[in-house]
Amino acid sequence: MPRFLKFSLWAGFAFLYAPIFVLIGYSFNASRRGSVWGGFSTHWYGELFRDEQILNAAWISLKIGVLSATGATILGLLGAVAMVRFGKFRGRTLFAGLMSAPLVMPEVITGISLLLLFISAEQLIGWPAGRGLLTITIAHITFCTAFVLVVLQPRMASMERSLEEASRDLGAGPVTTFFLVTLPVIAPAIVSGWLLAFILSFDDLVIASFTAGPGSTTLPMLIFSKIKIAVSPDINALATIIILVAALGLVAAMFFSRRQSD
Amino acid sequence: MSAVLHQIQGRMGKLFVLLPPYLWMILFFLLPFGFVLKISFSEAIIASPPFAPLFEFDPDEGILNGIFRIFNYQYIFEDSLYLNAYLGSAKIATVSTIICLIIGYPFALAIARSPKSKQGFLLMALMLPFWTSLLIRVYAWIGILRQDGVLNNILLWVGVIDEPLILLQTTFATYVGVVYAYLPFMVLPLYATLEKQDLTLLEASRDLGASPIRSFFDITLPLSIPGVISGCMLVFIPVIGEFVIPTLLSGESTLMIGRVLWTEFFNNRDWPVASAVAIIMLLVLIIPIIIFQNQQAKQEG
Repeated sequence: MPRFLKFSLWAGFAFLYAPIFVLIGYSFNASRRGSVWGGFSTHWYGELFRDEQILNAAWISLKIGVLSATGATILGLLGAVAMVRFGKFRGRTLFAGLMSAPLVMPEVITGISLLLLFISAEQLIGWPAGRGLLTITIAHITFCTAFVLVVLQPRMASMERSLEEASRDLGAGPVTTFFLVTLPVIAPAIVSGWLLAFILSFDDLVIASFTAGPGSTTLPMLIFSKIKIAVSPDINALATIIILVAALGLVAAMFFSRRQSD
Repeated sequence: MSAVLHQIQGRMGKLFVLLPPYLWMILFFLLPFGFVLKISFSEAIIASPPFAPLFEFDPDEGILNGIFRIFNYQYIFEDSLYLNAYLGSAKIATVSTIICLIIGYPFALAIARSPKSKQGFLLMALMLPFWTSLLIRVYAWIGILRQDGVLNNILLWVGVIDEPLILLQTTFATYVGVVYAYLPFMVLPLYATLEKQDLTLLEASRDLGASPIRSFFDITLPLSIPGVISGCMLVFIPVIGEFVIPTLLSGESTLMIGRVLWTEFFNNRDWPVASAVAIIMLLVLIIPIIIFQNQQAKQEG
C-alpha cells in the first residue's frame, strides 16, 4: 500500500478515537476541574450509581430502546422481504423512497413533524392522549426502520435462493419456508439490525426532545441538559460506560455477521 | 380452481408483508409533513397547543372557514436572521462535505486495499465511534478544545503557543465537530464501491504504462462516483439541519438553521414559524434527497 494511504488510515483512526480516549481518561480524574489531573479515582462512577435521576432516565431509555428496536426490526424485515422478493410492484418507488428517506432527513424535521402529527391526532381523534414513552417509541421505530432495512436488504439479496426453492419443491408453503429456511439464514443480520436500531434509539436526543412529555426524560435529554450548563465529571463516567456498552454491542453484532459469512 | 385460489392466497400474503411497513411510513413519516405545512399557515397564540386553528366552523352560515396566513413566510423572508441561518447551514454543510470527502476518500481506499483478512477489523474500528452516542462524542470535543483543555495544554507544553487559544465556540470548532461526527457516513459508502472494484483493471492500466496517479484518476475515481455521491448526500443533507453540534461547539455568531428552528420551537414557543422554517428547509433539501434516492435505487439494480 502506498505510504500516503497508510498515513491517512492511521491519521483517520487517530482523529476518530482521540476524543473517546480523552473522555475515558477524564472519567477517572479525581479532580472536579477537568484540566488538572488530581490522580486516579473511580469516585465519579460511584456518584453516578447514586444519582436517582440518571438511573431513572437510563431505565426509560432502555425501555424505549428495546421496544423501538423490536418494532423497527419487524417492519424492516417485512420491508426487506418486499424490496428483495416481490420484484416490481405498484408503488414500489414510493415505498423505497419512504423506507430510505429517514436515513438522511434532518432530525429536527422528523421531530417537529411527528410532534405536530401527535398533537393534531389528539385533537381530532383523542389519540395519543398526551406524550410520553409511547410517542417517543413510535417516533424511534419510524426512523430506525430505515437503518434496519439498510442492514437486512443486502443480506437478503445475496442469500442463496436454492434453499428456499428446495423447501417449496418439497411442499412447504411460503410462510413455513420463510420461518424455517429464510429466517435462520438471515438471523445474524437481524441481530445486527436490532442492535443498531437499539443504539440509535438509545442515543437519540433531538427526536425524543420533540416527542417526549412530562415524566419521560430520556438519558440523552438529561445528559444534554447537564452539559449545556457546565462540564460535569459524572457525565464523563456515564459516557465511558455508554462507550463500553456500545463497543460490546458492536463486537457482538460483528461476531454474529462473521459467523454467517463463514 | 386451486391455481386461482393459490394466486389469491399469494397476493394476500404479499399484502400482509407489504402493508405494515408501508402504512407505518405513510402514517408516521409522510403524513406528518402535511401537518407541518398546515401549521406553518397558522398563527402563534398563547394556548395549548400554541397555534390558532386553521379551520373555523361558522354556525350561522353552516360552513367551514379556512384561514391561511402567509405572514410566517413573509416574516422569515424579511428577517435577515433566517436567510443568514439558511446560508450559514448551506456553507457549513458544503465545506464539511468537501473536507469529509478529502479525508474520507484515502481513508476508505486504504481500508478497501488492505488484506481481506484485516478489512473486517478495520470496518469494525470505523463503525465503533458511530455506535457511540453522537451527543457524547461531540461533548468530548469540549474537553479537548476549551481554553484549559487537552489541545491547548499540549500546544503550550510543546511551545507552539504562549497563551491558550480560543478554540471552543468558534466556527472552527463547528467544522471539527461536524467532520468528526459525519466522517463514517462518508467512508462507508466509499468503501462499499471501492471494495467491489476489479483490481485487474488497475493492473492492465499499469502494464500499459500508466502512472499510479493516472490510473487513479482514469480508473479508480470514475468507478467510485456512486459511492462519492451517496457519501456526500449522507453528509450534506443531515448537516443542513444539525442541531447538537452547533449548540455545543459553535459560538453565537455561527448561525445554523437547525438551531434557529429549535429556538423558535422550544424557547419562543412559536410553532407556526418553526413549521415554516422546517417547510423551507424541506424544499431546499428535496433535490439532494432525490439525488440520494436515485443513487440508492441504482445501486440496488
